[in-house]
Amino acid sequence: MRAVGIIFSNIHDNSVSELSRIRTLGSIPFGGRYRLIDFPLSNMVNSGIDTVGIITKSNYQSLMDHVGSGKDWDLARKDGGLVLLPPYGDANSSTLYNSRLEALKGITSFLFRADEDFVVMTDCDTICRINYNDVIEQHILNRADITLVYTKLENMEKSTHFVLDGSGRITGVYYKNEVVPEKSNVFANVFVMKLSFLQNIVMDSITHNKVHFTKDVIAPNLESMKIMGYEHKGFYAGITSLQAYYNSNMLMLNEDIRHEIFGDRSVFTKIKDSAPTKYGNSAVVKNSLIADGCEILGEVENSILFRNVKVGRGAVIKNSIVMQNTILGENCMLNCIIADKNVSVAGRKILSGSENHPFYIGKGIMI
Amino acid sequence: MIRKKKCVAMLLAGGQGSRLYALTSALAKPAVSFGGKYRIIDFPLSNCVNSGIDTVGVLTQYQPLKLNDYIGNGQPWDLDRTFGGVHILSPYQAKTSSDWYKGTANAIYQNLNFIKQFDPDYVLILSGDHIYKMNYSIMLNYHILKNADCTIAAINVPKSEASRFGILNTKEDGVIYEFEEKPKNPKSTLASMGIYIFSAKKLYKYLEEDNADLNSSNDFGKDILPKMLNNGERMLAYEFEGYWKDVGTIDSLYEANMDLLGDKPNFDINDSSWKIQSRSPLAPPHYIGENAKTVNSIIMSGCEIFGSVENSVLASGVIVKKGATVKNSIIMAETVIGENSVVDYSIIDENTVIGKDCRIGESKENAKGITVLGRDLCVQDNSKIDGGQIVDKI
Repeated sequence: MRAVGIIFSNIHDNSVSELSRIRTLGSIPFGGRYRLIDFPLSNMVNSGIDTVGIITKSNYQSLMDHVGSGKDWDLARKDGGLVLLPPYGDANSSTLYNSRLEALKGITSFLFRADEDFVVMTDCDTICRINYNDVIEQHILNRADITLVYTKLENMEKSTHFVLDGSGRITGVYYKNEVVPEKSNVFANVFVMKLSFLQNIVMDSITHNKVHFTKDVIAPNLESMKIMGYEHKGFYAGITSLQAYYNSNMLMLNEDIRHEIFGDRSVFTKIKDSAPTKYGNSAVVKNSLIADGCEILGEVENSILFRNVKVGRGAVIKNSIVMQNTILGENCMLNCIIADKNVSVAGRKILSGSENHPFYIGKGIMI
Repeated sequence: MIRKKKCVAMLLAGGQGSRLYALTSALAKPAVSFGGKYRIIDFPLSNCVNSGIDTVGVLTQYQPLKLNDYIGNGQPWDLDRTFGGVHILSPYQAKTSSDWYKGTANAIYQNLNFIKQFDPDYVLILSGDHIYKMNYSIMLNYHILKNADCTIAAINVPKSEASRFGILNTKEDGVIYEFEEKPKNPKSTLASMGIYIFSAKKLYKYLEEDNADLNSSNDFGKDILPKMLNNGERMLAYEFEGYWKDVGTIDSLYEANMDLLGDKPNFDINDSSWKIQSRSPLAPPHYIGENAKTVNSIIMSGCEIFGSVENSVLASGVIVKKGATVKNSIIMAETVIGENSVVDYSIIDENTVIGKDCRIGESKENAKGITVLGRDLCVQDNSKIDGGQIVDKI
């Protein structure tokens, strides 16, 4: 039951446009030391998938820098391993792909070189731990053509929803931009099928000029193909907006959720060297996640600090996400702030967002 | 292309470190944890890399498993090179002889073939039990400039402590005219740091002669250096200024860890101009709980703190449960401090579990000494371990 993995790193770039202006969605920092791509990539590695293609489109320098040779995921292999698939413009087209299916059309050589039996495709906009082997097993048991992973959630926005019959077969697919308040079957953007099946879909789409995977392949074929759902019952967070990004980070302060995601220490990420974090004599820290290399002289509460953040004496940081190398001056006050990398806030400045509308400070900005 | 290195470093890491008691019962001294994240060997290795020396032989003998595992292919220090890099050198069986390393000089002698394949002009000899940041390339330039055969790094120590060290007596130009091993009435305060640079050809000659001498104890300090001096070789002292600590005892290991604390620490480990590299654990950021207290301490990733931590160094994955207090202590990786337990003036090694309501060690004022708990122990609820005890098994 060998499977090849494909990760789409750019598909949902627009959902968190503030953070993805300078990077792919996959390389958005998360949880104090990770990037969003670490979650699907680690899920794949932990499911024994050792050939993973990462499809990129634009702004992918930071992603390349992050994944490197794949060594930190044990994917620097002679055979297979991590393969970056930047956009491939052929002589006839001058534009980049705009959809999943178009992206797949551009990587036919990767798809046809692979000799695995199955393919697992995921996006980078979810925080969850899934064992894809279980999905493949159910896929085989169901004799399905395609298996799509979903999770039962309420209040989801900008998501694809499924209607399922009693056997778990998907009978309806619809997309809702607005919030769906009631509990529904939300697509987790994970596809499983036989590799040969995907190869046929891609070739057929080239011939018939199909563009969208869900609209042109899934939705019209609910009858003719056996498309099954697989329910993911564990923790799931979708990064569908800046607010959702903020909320899902804050959920990592919850002990049960944190242990579910990180407890077995198998979310892999690029290893960077920082000294351990230092707490000064005046430090007061409560309910916070703090990465290595920080220096804390002030107060930090309900917050997430990435690597090498300096919190000056008398500074008060509350309900905030502070990314790598940010310097917070003496006596400054932050509340409900998302500070991107390398921000510096001078002493005595007072900045505040609100819990249902966090205030974002762009990379490298000095206040 | 000429396959050659200017300088090769040989790191003596075979010592047992018996004065660290429980901390070295299962591993070699250079592999002992330090500063929450590091192992002692990270310091000489990082110094080498930062000084532009990319070829290092690590001589291991005592309990090498953890050390070998830790060094691996040398990638964390950028020492995975196609020519050069880090090499673990264990004692081996040769066609005509097979010996353990008899002394420091014998360890290098047995690995002359390793050194010679890089055809170096200079050989740097280091030991694996010191905490310091030093640019060896400045010392090497000094060695070359002074046209020396051997240069010994030395540091000024307080007069009262000089009798604990090997003392170098020098003329004004730095030329050594006498060695005194732990003198009662030292003439100078210049102590040898156990760091030597030799011109390669001289080193080969003296090691070969030393090996032929059956009466020799095959030690650099006792045999090679005095013999070179007697033969009139040009030997220089290179004075080093800065932080340097031999961490061969429980007390000095404790002090060196505590030197990292404070708003202006004696030893800055987070120095961007001289990074100390190490093999980093894969752990999430550490979590500080709602009612936790973390003051004047160093805390590494993977920790979960629900109690109080003060003046302490916590390595990766340590859990301090609700109501527990850790003061003036060093807690090594993955150790758990149970609810309402108090740990004071102690060193607790890796992977030990302390139950509920325990009392480990006493305050510095009342204790006979530092309390030391070895690795992989399981301390029952309500236990009391007196100050100054060294516990290896329970």
